[in-house]
Amino acid sequence: MPAVSTPVPVSTPDAVRAARRDGVGLGLLGVYGVSFGAVAVAAGLSPLQAVVLSAVGFTGGSQFAFAAVAAAGGAPVTGLASAWLLGVRNTLYAVRLTDLLPSRVPARVAASALVIDETTAMALRHEPHGPQAARAAFWATGIGLFATWNATTVLGAYGVQALGDPALLGLDAAAPAAFLALLWPYLRQRRTAAVAGLAAVVALAASFVAPAGIPVLAGGAVALLGLSPRARG
Amino acid sequence: MSWLAVWACAVGLLLQKVAGAFVPRAWVSGERVRGVLTLLPVAMFAALTLTQVLGGTDGVVLDLRLVGLGTAAVALLLRAPFLVVVVAAAASTAAVRLLL
Repeated sequence: MPAVSTPVPVSTPDAVRAARRDGVGLGLLGVYGVSFGAVAVAAGLSPLQAVVLSAVGFTGGSQFAFAAVAAAGGAPVTGLASAWLLGVRNTLYAVRLTDLLPSRVPARVAASALVIDETTAMALRHEPHGPQAARAAFWATGIGLFATWNATTVLGAYGVQALGDPALLGLDAAAPAAFLALLWPYLRQRRTAAVAGLAAVVALAASFVAPAGIPVLAGGAVALLGLSPRARG
Repeated sequence: MSWLAVWACAVGLLLQKVAGAFVPRAWVSGERVRGVLTLLPVAMFAALTLTQVLGGTDGVVLDLRLVGLGTAAVALLLRAPFLVVVVAAAASTAAVRLLL
């Protein structure tokens, strides 16, 4: 890294505890896996296939896209393309988080398996409180989500509907609310608020014409404004 | 569904993440790239919030998820803690669904 203008603070124990608490809370949202398990089996996947997708793929949006294409009778290659297109953003997230991920190779691979929207957003939310807080947030969110997502995928795939329809619990509104909360601090600064607003408009426009996965990437392309020194501020 | 497609999907999604984590640091340490990487999460989370609240199986759908997002915005304006924001959004959406 080049010379940084602001020194990186060392996280206080309180900041680390707060980060961990937020992460564990967000991790509970993984109960939505019950919905994936049920949808996947209804789409013609075997329960074990649903479980493999959650354990190894571990990317909600991509998994739902794969199942949706199968349900619509689409070719497997179409399902793969949709899933991978939605997954491209995880590559970008991992690049952004490079300084926070462990440096030893096995740990780095394990950590990168947990790099998804939620873990990235939570790590970056706590990054201003120092790298220790950011890492605590990342791991708490990642381990929590991985556990709940996989456990409930098993339940949903094997037909256990005890948790009910997640939409009835309002869980489909919980995810966008969580992202709004994670976005909130950026909306307080004019420059990043402008980037967020522009990205939302671009994503909305793209969602009328482009397949799933493209709108988020198109919105992300607004970050290319950062190439200009003026936009970097 | 063939097991080949399932494994290709799952392993492909894993490799996408791992690939990002092993991009050589020298490639991403330039000032211009740093500028983009700083703005990237902001842009993507804004796009994500929007597509998650309006996204349907086919294009754009307006539904009660907007109630949840509105509740979340109010809670955030009132400086509620993160978990309160999320729970309030889910609870308000569920409540309105129950009433309608």
